[in-house]
Amino acid sequence: MTIRLTMRVNGEPCAADDVWEGESLLYVLRERLGLPGSKNACEQGECGSCTVLMGGEVVCACLVGAGQAEGADIVTVEGLGDGEQLATIQQTFVDSGAVQCGFCTPGLLITAFDLLARDPDPTDATIREALAGNLCRCTGYEKILDAVRLAATRQSSSR
Amino acid sequence: MEFFRPTTLPEACHLKSEHPGALPLCGGTDVMVDINFDRRRPEALLDLTDVRGLYEVSRYDGYVRIGAAVPYTTIIAELSAEAPGLAIASRTVGSPQIRNRGSVGGNLGSASPAGDALPPLLAVDAEVEAVSAAGTRRIPIHEFFLGPKVNALRRDELIAAVHVPVARGPQQYAKVGTRNAMVIAVCSFSLALHPDAARVGTGIGSAAPTPRAALEAEDFLADELAERWETPEPLPDDVVRRFGELVAAAASPIDDVRGTADYRRHALSVLARRTLEWTWAEHGRQERTR
Repeated sequence: MTIRLTMRVNGEPCAADDVWEGESLLYVLRERLGLPGSKNACEQGECGSCTVLMGGEVVCACLVGAGQAEGADIVTVEGLGDGEQLATIQQTFVDSGAVQCGFCTPGLLITAFDLLARDPDPTDATIREALAGNLCRCTGYEKILDAVRLAATRQSSSR
Repeated sequence: MEFFRPTTLPEACHLKSEHPGALPLCGGTDVMVDINFDRRRPEALLDLTDVRGLYEVSRYDGYVRIGAAVPYTTIIAELSAEAPGLAIASRTVGSPQIRNRGSVGGNLGSASPAGDALPPLLAVDAEVEAVSAAGTRRIPIHEFFLGPKVNALRRDELIAAVHVPVARGPQQYAKVGTRNAMVIAVCSFSLALHPDAARVGTGIGSAAPTPRAALEAEDFLADELAERWETPEPLPDDVVRRFGELVAAAASPIDDVRGTADYRRHALSVLARRTLEWTWAEHGRQERTR
């Protein structure tokens, strides 16, 4: 049995047809809505590569059933910037060299974006705790921590 | 596979009695993994996300009633004083993403021996509120776990809430794993001191077919503490060591990919000693400031 799934994604109402309710929100985003920014890696909530905001909270899109996402408000990495203008956290990832292979980056960006929205001046311990569910196998995390700190600084000076 | 999305508990109960094979789904942190990997194809999924009553926290007569769907994030933020053991354990669950979705109801439903929320519930003698179209019953947590991933729910029942006695003394939870986040416990242990009742409670995780209490260890420690509650000096080493031995002896661990049975027994005795020293020191501080 399939359904027509309607959601709000990155501020825009959207619909997908022929959705099996047991497939994951991640599959819907990538394969049905053409939003491949959220990455598919572990499919078991271990790696954080598929992290999106759902109702304003970070979740693993691979662990949300499509049927559960009906009517949900979703933000993916595609929704962080404004057209060609990168969000602050995206620009600081570039500036800090926090991107290597890039596969974990979309999930980390969403998680870091959410952290800074809730805590504009996080301690290092808070940053580490917030990012604990996002695995990166390239960077060793130091540059990622740099990027989050730099984004916090830039956001506070622009306020 | 059918997909049901009730919005009230009576409606959910009705669906569960009509479709006993329907698998309850909420945060999805266990169920969706099985679906993604094609390990499980239940005849139906019963999505409880929209049953608002399952997200309520309420208080009565010395108990906190925690709705089955209350996520770990909320437990950490709101229940650290009333259910400290559960809150400490909740902090160790997965990651922020998992804690935003996962719930104690799900942990009880999965009934994994490794469920982080389960040892603290044993240590405080919590009760599980099961609901069906036929009514509601409360199942003592010590009677809830029947085997690996098997609980005492009937096929027509859902978990509505867990009832946790408000803490009257220090509680702790500790677990062993390879890192702090995203770890399934190699073994875990929860200890609750109940000074007003001159009792202690324990819960062992990941070291037996089910989460279980260490009853002999509890009796031993309650006896040892009997004359010490009001003048809490540091405990003699032999008492602390014996408590650890009895906790380890209560486990029946296996060798698996996460660790050997011998390692688990050893680690449990260490966790038991540590949590005893932490909670007893905290009890001492509370007595002195009284």
